[in-house]
Amino acid sequence: MIISIASGKGGTGKTTVAVNLALALEGTMPIHFLDCDVEEPNAHLFLYPEIKHSETVNLPVPVVDESKCDGCGKCAEVCAFNAILAFKSQTIVLPELCHGCGGCTLLCPRGAITESPKEIGEVETGRAGKIKFSHGRLKIGSALAPPLVNAVRKTAHGRGPDSGLVIVDAPPGTSCPVVASIKGSNYCVLVTEPTPFGLNDLMLAVDLVRELDIPCGVVINRAGLGDDTVSSYCSSEGIPILLEIPYDRKYAECYARGGRLVEDFPELRDALCGLWRKIAESSGADRDGTARRREMAEI
Amino acid sequence: MKLAVTSQGTSLASPLDPRFGRCEHFVIIDADTEEFEAFSNESVMASGGAGSQSAQFLANKDVEAVVTGNVGPNAAMALEAAGIKVYRMGSGTVKDALDAFRAGTLEAISGPTVGSHHGMGGRRRGGRR
Repeated sequence: MIISIASGKGGTGKTTVAVNLALALEGTMPIHFLDCDVEEPNAHLFLYPEIKHSETVNLPVPVVDESKCDGCGKCAEVCAFNAILAFKSQTIVLPELCHGCGGCTLLCPRGAITESPKEIGEVETGRAGKIKFSHGRLKIGSALAPPLVNAVRKTAHGRGPDSGLVIVDAPPGTSCPVVASIKGSNYCVLVTEPTPFGLNDLMLAVDLVRELDIPCGVVINRAGLGDDTVSSYCSSEGIPILLEIPYDRKYAECYARGGRLVEDFPELRDALCGLWRKIAESSGADRDGTARRREMAEI
Repeated sequence: MKLAVTSQGTSLASPLDPRFGRCEHFVIIDADTEEFEAFSNESVMASGGAGSQSAQFLANKDVEAVVTGNVGPNAAMALEAAGIKVYRMGSGTVKDALDAFRAGTLEAISGPTVGSHHGMGGRRRGGRR
C-alpha cells in the first residue's frame, strides 16, 4: 500500500509526519520511504540513511540533423512546451523547456531527429535501519522535477498491497511535482496548520486529491496555534481529522536538532501508530489494523 | 516588409505592450502600405516558452522586424535564429512605433533585455513549481 504525505502549504510538517510514521511502524512491516521532494529533499536529515546506490536520471532531448531537416515544422507544431522551433534557416531546440516526451522524434517525416540524454538529477537508494530509503536530487538549474519524481517512485515498483508499505513524502504545493508524487496512492495524508494560510492551501490540496480520486485525511500540526477554521472546514467537507500534534516548543527543539519525535516522546509514537490504524481502516484495508500489519509483515 | 508591434489592442491607435512573449496582441503591419492585421497572442497563458513560441509565430507570418519593450533570453535567441530584427521602444502607440521604425530612430537590440519569466506579472505562480 502507498501512503503519500502532502500539504499544499510548505513547512506544515510533511516530513515530520512522514518520517515519524515510518519510524513508528519500523520493524512491524517492510517499509520503503520515498522522499519525492526532489527540489529540497530533507527526510535524510532525520532518517540518516546509508546510501548504497546512486543513479543519474536523464531526459531524452531532441537533436536535429540539419542535413536531413527540410524545415517542414512538424516538430515545432507538435511540441506542447515550445521547446523546438522551426525557422526557414534552421531548427533549434531549447533543452531547458523540453519535457522529453519524444513527440518530435516520432513525428519527424525525415527522420532528422535523434535523442540525446540530458542529466536532470540523481536518485539515491539506501537503508535507514529496517527502512528502505530513496530520494531524488534535482540538478541545480534543472526546472523539471516530475521525471525525477517518477524515477524515485520507480525504485519502489513491485511494492503493493501485498509487499509492505510505501511512504511518499511529497513536495509542497499542488503543481506537477506533487501530482507525480501522489498519483496512484492508496491514501493521502494532508498535513496542515490551523492558520489562514494553512487552510487556504489545504483547500487547494483537497481539490487536487479529489481530482486524482485519492482518499484523504488531515493531520493538524501545531494544534492550538491560530484558530479553528481548519477543523470547521474539515467537518463541513466530511474530511476526517486523523491526528492533531500540539504546538509545543519541545517538539520544535527535537526537530531542530535532527531528532526523532517518536523516540523522544512516547505519546507521539502512540499517536502515529493510531494514525496508521485509521488510514488502514479507511483505505479499505482490514478493519483491524493490527491484523493487517501482521499479514503484511509476514510477506 | 512586414513589421510586428507588440500591442495592448488591435488597432494602430492601441498602446504598445512592453512585453514580448506575453504581449496581448501582435499587430503585423506592411511597412510600405500600412495595411495591418492584429492577432491575439496565444502564448499569453503558456506555462513556459512564451517567448520562443511568439518568435515562431512571427516567423511563420514572415515578419522581418519587431518593435517591443523587452525580450527574454529564449525570445532573443529565437528571434535571432529566425532572422527577425528587434527594436526597442518604451511607450507610445502602434502608429508611433511604425513611424519611428520608418524614421530609423529606434534602438536595435540583440540579446535579452530582461531575465526569464519577466512578463509573467506580479502574480507569482505558487513560488515553487
